Amino acid sequence: MKNYLRYFLSSLAGSYSTASGSARDQRKTVILRRAFIPLTTVRGSVTARLFASVMILISLSCTLVVFAQDTDRIDPQLTNTPLPTYVILNARIVTVNGPEIEKGSVLISGGKIAQVGANVYSPAGAKEIDGTGLTVYPGMIDLGTNMGLVEVPTGAPGTVDAQELGDMNPNAAAIWSVNAHSAHIAVTRVGGVTNALSLPSGGIISGQGALLNLFGSSPREMALVPEAVLMIEFPRIGGGGFGFGAPNITSEATTQRDRRIEELRKIFRDAEAYGRAQDAYRNDPKSVQRPQTDPKLAALVPYARGERPVIFRAEREREIRAAIRFAEEMKLKPIIIGASEGAKVASFLKEHNVPVILDGVLNLPLREDDAYDSLYENASKLQAAGVRFCISTGDSGAHVRDLPFNAGMAAAFGLPRAEALKAVTLYPAQILGVADRLGSIEPGKLANIVITDGDILEARTNVKYVFIGGRQLPLVSRHTMLNDEFKDRK
Amino acid sequence: MKRLFAVAALLGLCIAISAQTRDIAPATLIKNATVLTVSHGTLTNTDVLLRNGKIAAVGQNLNAPSGARIVDGTGKFVLPGIIDAHSHTMMDGSVNECTKSVTSMARTQDILNPTAIGIYRELAGGTTAALLLHGSCNAIGGLSTTVKLKWGHPAGDFPIPGAPPGIKFALGENPKRTNFNIPGLTPRYPATRMGVEETIRDAFTRARDYKRDWDDYRAAVGHGEKNVMPPRRDLELEPLVEILEGKRFVHSHCYRADEILMLIGIADEFGFKVRTFQHVLEGYKVASEIARHGAMASAFADFWGYKMEAYDAIPYDVAILTRHGVVSSVNSDSDERARRLNIEAAKMIRYGGLTEEEALKLVTLNPAMQLGVDNRLGTIDVGKDADVVVWSAHPLSVYAHVEQTFVDGELLFDRQADIARRQQLEAERKTLEAADANKPSPGGGPPRTPSEIRRAYVHADDIQDREDQPR
Repeated sequence: MKNYLRYFLSSLAGSYSTASGSARDQRKTVILRRAFIPLTTVRGSVTARLFASVMILISLSCTLVVFAQDTDRIDPQLTNTPLPTYVILNARIVTVNGPEIEKGSVLISGGKIAQVGANVYSPAGAKEIDGTGLTVYPGMIDLGTNMGLVEVPTGAPGTVDAQELGDMNPNAAAIWSVNAHSAHIAVTRVGGVTNALSLPSGGIISGQGALLNLFGSSPREMALVPEAVLMIEFPRIGGGGFGFGAPNITSEATTQRDRRIEELRKIFRDAEAYGRAQDAYRNDPKSVQRPQTDPKLAALVPYARGERPVIFRAEREREIRAAIRFAEEMKLKPIIIGASEGAKVASFLKEHNVPVILDGVLNLPLREDDAYDSLYENASKLQAAGVRFCISTGDSGAHVRDLPFNAGMAAAFGLPRAEALKAVTLYPAQILGVADRLGSIEPGKLANIVITDGDILEARTNVKYVFIGGRQLPLVSRHTMLNDEFKDRK
Repeated sequence: MKRLFAVAALLGLCIAISAQTRDIAPATLIKNATVLTVSHGTLTNTDVLLRNGKIAAVGQNLNAPSGARIVDGTGKFVLPGIIDAHSHTMMDGSVNECTKSVTSMARTQDILNPTAIGIYRELAGGTTAALLLHGSCNAIGGLSTTVKLKWGHPAGDFPIPGAPPGIKFALGENPKRTNFNIPGLTPRYPATRMGVEETIRDAFTRARDYKRDWDDYRAAVGHGEKNVMPPRRDLELEPLVEILEGKRFVHSHCYRADEILMLIGIADEFGFKVRTFQHVLEGYKVASEIARHGAMASAFADFWGYKMEAYDAIPYDVAILTRHGVVSSVNSDSDERARRLNIEAAKMIRYGGLTEEEALKLVTLNPAMQLGVDNRLGTIDVGKDADVVVWSAHPLSVYAHVEQTFVDGELLFDRQADIARRQQLEAERKTLEAADANKPSPGGGPPRTPSEIRRAYVHADDIQDREDQPR
């Protein structure tokens, strides 16, 4: 068994690694092992649990030395123990949707924010955290990532799971592929980002995104909403490129775009009809013929009915308008992601009440003759026009931790600071319909909380504490571990 | 004759236009600002006088020379122009000469495009000078150029006179073409890090022999020998001889610790110094060795994980190198990041606990030292070049933006002027869009396709040149 496991692990490492030294390979082995044998998450039958325990024991005993360097493994203590009660005392509290509390306390109990105020009840046994000189914020939320789907984008295709083949993949769901043990996750959360929407990419219908807590041993354990949104790369002329250079406006390109939109229209209509047929059968199984099951259409039904949001990638003015008109025609619940030219269609967005995820604050302007700050100030213009928006990094995972600086840049170019903070906390929660659980410091919400020694959007600020789901997490990541290992090397 | 006249007229027009747009104030006095000198702390309520392209005075209640432009610096911050120690901006056509593994004959100075919009955007982010490096697709790349971002000037004004010459080396995945094995492309030696080492060793072995040939020849001529033939000039080896003679800086792209040690080994053996390790993502693992060799380091602040050799990159790299005594800078390697190097520097306070002054040095004095131009750039000191930036807030704050950027005392970016010009540009664009060439074709089809914008370079490590990309 031992040998078999070793063989299994080394074969994984072998297929994964490129030319690299032995120490590196070791570390990779560690990561992969964690990826394939979740320590704490096997639920279900007793046999399964027993098997898991045996596996854990074996793997621990035979690989303890190797794992000494392990950089971001979740300590089983963290997930197996009951949720503690914490009280944060004497801190400045930025509630985000209410007034700031200059000196107050937050009680965290049972995974949730129990009380917030100048004085809170501190039960016996609560872990006290001295917040003197510190500021309490809600954890930041990024709605435009591929978190856990892409580990190393270049040169390690085995770690890339964001884009399925083919154009229409509504049944490709991120929740099945998020690697809960990606190094990106701990690296991101220790920077104060506690939640990310992990989206598939590519094709026309890319798949379904999962809204994640950036902590947990398995995708399901991390998921706040496992199937939260449908991602669509709205067909555009010259699509599939990177948004650079002039699009090739030929009649063939136009025709192709129109054909793709037509395909999209058709599949939504089919899904809608499919849903009705299934309902009819369910209501009257005796007289209605049982319809064939179609997993693709089944996956689309809640989106086709407007029950869950559909995210459309659209950058340019015309693409944004077209995507929104399409969504309205099909009675969908649209969100636009990208919207580099959002400021130009601000009134249209406002009029149609469509929210926007701005994931290009730090991109270069689309056109050479665009104002140098056109993307920096996009957010402030949308905000001034009353458009619902939030800010995202648009990063696949490694740099999602830069979310606050994206919001900060928008604030440097006209977005009021309080709005910039909301753009990475409350607004993304509202846009995704989870503001009852995330986005502010309010009793009843999930205790996803970040405590800092300064303004959370400033690069100079240090994150001091992170809580996700009411649990204080160590500020340890692959990066802090490597730092500890080498910083004092002579 | 007529033609000559036309050329002269055109030239005159050009000069007229440039004179019209060129800032011609003889002096500028920035009054009552917070001055981040970098060399001697922070001075509050201080004036800075720029005259004849130099910083003429720093102090309180300075008198403005007649005709001087007055800038009210109240509530604003003055920082030396940011220096980007790793850039490919304005490199038109191509960043990489990829066809050979040693291309030390290729010169970046020949391909500068002074109208590249990146220059202006970078000035708007407070960056005023850059080390323009050849790409990283070969072990020994082309020659670098140290420039000031003199937007509005001809290309010849960009290189900084007297700046020490440099060359790009590259180690690891890029020179071994790991991620560029595209069907149809002929593979190129080397394909391993061993081969990269061998390529560099081979080149220096040849360069050493070549130098000996010339040394022998010069000695013979010196002895008065008449009938000696000079060796045949070799444009590939000449720059390598300059490296051996300590006359040319080596700026080497590198990621992993092993390859950093490899180049140090070769350099020690052949008797030259690596000036800067560029990217140097795993520099933190061998910081002592880098310090002992006497090299400097220019890194990303926190860019990591984009390929296997970047998977051990950590944002504490710069702090660890700094604490080991390695003069370090934070660079962009990107037309995008080059617009906000101030924030990249600020991150180094969060990651590794540098002081504010240390953080500011990462993008001002330290890169100036690495480029060998610290005698004239990198601090606010009297006598240094008037490359200064006026910021709306402390430049290490995410809420800061640039108000004005001066290069050699000339105002090359002014946010208020930029905003004021936007309507006019919008109108001009509308006029152009309505021009015949842009109208729909008579048959009712779409308008003619505009030609594609040439884009040699977009982002860090985005070294795929057009010919590399699958169509």
